[in-house]
Amino acid sequence: MYKYNDFDTAFVTERNAQFRAQVARRIDGSLTEDEFKPLRLMNGLYLQLHAYMLRVAVPYGSLNSAQMTQLALLAEKWDKGYGHFTTRQNIQFNWPKLSDVPDMLDALAEVGMHAIQTSGNTIRNVTSDHFAGAAADEIEDPRPVAELIRQWSTDHPEFQFMGRKFKIAVGAAAEDRAVLKAHDLAVRIVQNPAGETGYQILIGGGLGRTPMIGQVINDFLPRADLLPYIESVVSVWNQIGRRDNKYKARIKITVHEHGIDDIRARVKARFALIRPSFTGADQELLSEIKAHFAAPNFRSGSTAAYGAAYNADPVFRAWADTNLAEHRNEAHAIVTISIKKHGATPGDASADQMRAMADLAAEYGYDELRISHQQNVILPHVHKSDLPALHARLKQHDLATANIGLISDIIACPGMDYCALATARAIPVAQQIATRFDALKLEHDIGHLQIKISGCINACGHHHIAHIGILGLDRAGVENYQITLGGDATWTANIGERAGPGFAYDEIVPAVERIVEAYLDLRSNAEETFLETYRRVGLSPFKSALYPEAQKKVA
Amino acid sequence: MARIFTAKVVTANALIEGDVIYLTADDQWSRDLTQGELITDEAHAQLRLLKAQSQVATIVGAYLADVKPGDNGPEPTHFREDFRRTGPSNYAHGKQEAEANV
Repeated sequence: MYKYNDFDTAFVTERNAQFRAQVARRIDGSLTEDEFKPLRLMNGLYLQLHAYMLRVAVPYGSLNSAQMTQLALLAEKWDKGYGHFTTRQNIQFNWPKLSDVPDMLDALAEVGMHAIQTSGNTIRNVTSDHFAGAAADEIEDPRPVAELIRQWSTDHPEFQFMGRKFKIAVGAAAEDRAVLKAHDLAVRIVQNPAGETGYQILIGGGLGRTPMIGQVINDFLPRADLLPYIESVVSVWNQIGRRDNKYKARIKITVHEHGIDDIRARVKARFALIRPSFTGADQELLSEIKAHFAAPNFRSGSTAAYGAAYNADPVFRAWADTNLAEHRNEAHAIVTISIKKHGATPGDASADQMRAMADLAAEYGYDELRISHQQNVILPHVHKSDLPALHARLKQHDLATANIGLISDIIACPGMDYCALATARAIPVAQQIATRFDALKLEHDIGHLQIKISGCINACGHHHIAHIGILGLDRAGVENYQITLGGDATWTANIGERAGPGFAYDEIVPAVERIVEAYLDLRSNAEETFLETYRRVGLSPFKSALYPEAQKKVA
Repeated sequence: MARIFTAKVVTANALIEGDVIYLTADDQWSRDLTQGELITDEAHAQLRLLKAQSQVATIVGAYLADVKPGDNGPEPTHFREDFRRTGPSNYAHGKQEAEANV
């Protein structure tokens, strides 16, 4: 875990004091809302449909137990007893009062947390692989690089008022668990044929109204060139990116309009200019940061208790099969805690649950937790012998749902239940789908299947890159849901195909059921996943299942 | 051709709590849509909106929302305003919570 040094602490303290004064001036009327809005957004404070919303940064999704416990305190003391984990690995509080926000920020600072750059037209909170530092398939822990980028980008004078927001993700594993190709800029830690470690840089990915997959701008960047190169990319985009239309003000549009080769040439020219000003201090800083992310002193010892429980307890076995992932230390496992009990709001955790997860991390998990972009919580390092006891404790807090990667492990944005931008609800659709397939007892038979739901075209629910994507829209004053199929969020990323006309609110769950029934009929065997089947047979048979009336008319 | 003016209420969010609020005929702010002033005259609507927007230390983001007359006062004509009126649908929070505690 990165720990704030004196500079970090002083910076956050000063920033909080500034914001406290700004809030006071807003409340006494000396600042208008137009004057105050950019200031509150710089500190993660939105005004949503029913209340303010404070978005707190969880850098690269990493937390320790003290930080999670403090989030529980915020939920209880200043909100309604819960928090909402987001697809950007952050947490949102949906009901703070404006006058309480300065106190909330001070409470966060006590545990080395803040809400800076979780909003506004700036470089946003850097995201990463939620299995970072634990995964068996990673080259190295990507978090030190993510932290370096965070420190470089925080309050960077050139990038505080850009045309639009800019999202950066870092990954270092064979499997992409950070949706790298859907980011404005992605850093992939790679090794070249000579065995040297460096960075592949992708730019121009993003979802929203014009979804695009990122393209490689640099196949292998030496380590010392990382920050000047990223700075060159953001600087070029800041200079030539569209500002005439906010919907065209993302780097994906700039890359699309200029072409990747033109952008690469511009970045190269900019890089040549600014590279000499990077004296090597950034690499010294990276070394210091790396020391904070040293792996825990992993326990050895027998894992027999795990094997015994696995063989004896089918409930534990079902949970282990879905919620555990391979750890780089074979005596350990990565545990994904589902906070998506069937029918629950995806991503929501109560203060009690947050506290329980913090306690379990302290007791069994070397004091580490992660937030996934899939809106679950990870204990990255758990000795296998502790898994039966951990599972029993999770059950006590409704945290032992065995559904990771299954149909009820749905990503859903807050939608019109909370978000001022939304055009339809997302949460109740997710709740109904999860409940329906739980009742059908088909979930484990269906296997790996990602449903992602957005309540508007901005695509916070990542629907474009879902196996089954659902987009809620306003059609003539009623909620209407469009379905896309075959999206993919991994290295083989692609945008799903729109299936056809949308469905009314009360038709969307049966429509999803027809897609899943079609898949079960079409798959070549029980091991063929939904995405594999879709790629083999294409859209047509699913379309026939979705729109049976249209097929009858054709006949 | 000029667009026909339809009934409106002035709505906003309360500055401190962020709650959805409605301007009443006697210049108060109510959390209850049924107490909002039903405005059927366009010129009057603009004046009421200007009055609301001048209250920078009380409210945020005033605008005119479409409504229709109902038995108990204004009713929303669009589902977005209906959600603003009631609160989120996944928990009994916001307005529903307030009603539950009455």
